[in-house]
Amino acid sequence: MGVTERTLQHPAAQDGGGELATISSVSPNWLTTRLDFLVNWARKNSLWPMPFGTACCAIEFMATAASRFDLARFGMERMSFSPRQADVLICAGRLPFKLAPVIRRIWDQMPQPKWCISMGACASSGGIFDNYAMVQGIDTIMPVDVYVPGCPPRPEGLIYGIQLLQKKIEGESIADHRLRDEKLVSPSGLFLPAEQVDELSEPFGNSVHQTRSA
Amino acid sequence: MTPGVAMAELSPSVSALRAEFGDAVERALVSCGDTIVYLRRDRAHDALAWLKDAPAQAFNYLTDITAVDYRDPERPLELVYQLRSLDRKVDLRLKIALDKRAPLEVLSVYDVWRGADWLEREVYDMFGVVFTGHPDLRRILMWETYAEGYPLRKDFPLRGHFSRAEQTRQALAANPEAHYSLEELSIAETYHELPQDMRERLRRGERGHLR
Repeated sequence: MGVTERTLQHPAAQDGGGELATISSVSPNWLTTRLDFLVNWARKNSLWPMPFGTACCAIEFMATAASRFDLARFGMERMSFSPRQADVLICAGRLPFKLAPVIRRIWDQMPQPKWCISMGACASSGGIFDNYAMVQGIDTIMPVDVYVPGCPPRPEGLIYGIQLLQKKIEGESIADHRLRDEKLVSPSGLFLPAEQVDELSEPFGNSVHQTRSA
Repeated sequence: MTPGVAMAELSPSVSALRAEFGDAVERALVSCGDTIVYLRRDRAHDALAWLKDAPAQAFNYLTDITAVDYRDPERPLELVYQLRSLDRKVDLRLKIALDKRAPLEVLSVYDVWRGADWLEREVYDMFGVVFTGHPDLRRILMWETYAEGYPLRKDFPLRGHFSRAEQTRQALAANPEAHYSLEELSIAETYHELPQDMRERLRRGERGHLR
């Protein structure tokens, strides 16, 4: 880190006869690092979550934030109930179509840099709710960074997901603008291509025997 | 149900209903200890109002209104009223059979029990039963522009009529603020509808201020 064998030798010592300088007298008082490392270190350790709890996953999320599991250990000191101050949106629970424009607006209101954790089976894929009222995975309406499986996931699972997100943030670069571009709903009114959304519900799910036309 | 009471005993309200309304009672039966009374559609509103107001009946609490659609398309859709008398501590279940080939219409009981307001809206939302006389018959669970039909009907496919992409597109196009106000509601605005004791407390400034 910039300190080499040569700089350890005080110039006076090289000139001849002088004694070896002490470390403190030659300490460079500087260090080099990557700006990315510094920025990412700050970002990953001060994630403020925007809790979007709609179902039983929110109960586990509350347990994660409470004293036994203590989310504050990971820099998540404060739940940000305003999207304005939020860094990571945690969708904890199933998302009905009625709430789709709501979560999309909250996501659009959050300033960059921002990340999203999809907590639980329902938020990630629709889960057991393969029906007329439910969004089949929130990644059909907004970008997702980490999926946490489980029904609901235990607090350990959510914490593992958060640590994965922290790892992901460590690998980011502030020079890469694509990471921070807003991923908007396209003019077609969809976030993903229509064919991609359509095939999500089939052939899997709990209602494979029921046809759409009935 | 207390032990010793015969399981297949009709509620005494049934004979009282028959004496009062005659053929308005189509049939009555006991299922799992509960009396179920089938009412004719055109007389149902009068019978329900009587059940609430008659002192000997006093079914003053409307527990629930719901409906049952059976898979057999010939079988009528059944509207279910679950009543309870809080004073007498008895329950009564009444049903109205609605022919699915005719328009699903029935008189609202909003004027009898105010609690029927949202219950009837929910039945309308899920089954498409129209309650005539209801003051504000709108969808309550699904959003108001929902165009796919009535989800709890048996002929409704589980995943809805539209494709997933179309459903997602419509959902994202919705304006969540179109039908709901973000303004804070003040109880002072409903001053004239409040009971006397609430008005007193409001006048003393306990729950807001009158303008």
